[in-house]
Amino acid sequence: MGKHTTLERYGSKTTAIGRVRGLGSAHGGAHHWLLQRLTAIGNLLLVTFLVVSMALLPAYDYAAMAGWVSQPLVATALALLVINVFWHARLGLQVVIEDYVHTSGNKFAALAALNIVAIGSGAFALASIARLAFAGAA
Amino acid sequence: MADRPLSPHLSIWKWGPHMLVSILHRVTGSGMATVGLAVLLWWLGSLAAGPEAYDSFAGVMGSPIGILVLIGLSWAFFNHMSSGLRHFVMDIGAGFEIERNKTSALAVTASGVILTVVFWAVVFLK
Repeated sequence: MGKHTTLERYGSKTTAIGRVRGLGSAHGGAHHWLLQRLTAIGNLLLVTFLVVSMALLPAYDYAAMAGWVSQPLVATALALLVINVFWHARLGLQVVIEDYVHTSGNKFAALAALNIVAIGSGAFALASIARLAFAGAA
Repeated sequence: MADRPLSPHLSIWKWGPHMLVSILHRVTGSGMATVGLAVLLWWLGSLAAGPEAYDSFAGVMGSPIGILVLIGLSWAFFNHMSSGLRHFVMDIGAGFEIERNKTSALAVTASGVILTVVFWAVVFLK
């Protein structure tokens, strides 16, 4: 009789050495899964707000757009949208990378690049919203 | 190999609407995370930079190709939102029966297209 089950072949997934070698569960899956759902609920509210607003706004020229974005409530909603959307996108693209990039070095590089792009882009978007919002008050 | 049937049967399958929904959820999500967020950044960045920068953004987005990209992004959002809501139902363990699963898959695919048409009807006809 050979070793048929994963447990028999590789031992328990929860041993310390297994985790160190990257063979076992990182025990972060449930956290990732839950955050993906929580940010999805946020997106449902915030992106729907943006999309419905875009459909109903009377004009799309600079004055109309900048005036709309610089309103305190709109600026707040857009800032929350940026944080929520970039977080959700980061979590989603992480799963895509983990599914298709199997070489550990490439996977690490792709995930590092994803973090830099997501956080950097989100910061730029927040700074842009802040400039519009605070310029409106000046 | 054991004599009993082993799972998964990677070579024995046929197309179903649930597979289309799964693939489109990933495609639309990846599309929005790349193209969609680039457009969002350009929109906010050009607004913050001033009228001249915004006009060049609006010029590109108002062109036929720009409108096509925006239609694609709006469909991606409505499709992803619809199949995301189906995910929430399946997350609580419901809707896995074959017929109901198939029906909900067809419903969310249709919903993504219908909401896109309604959105652009409002934009162009208001």
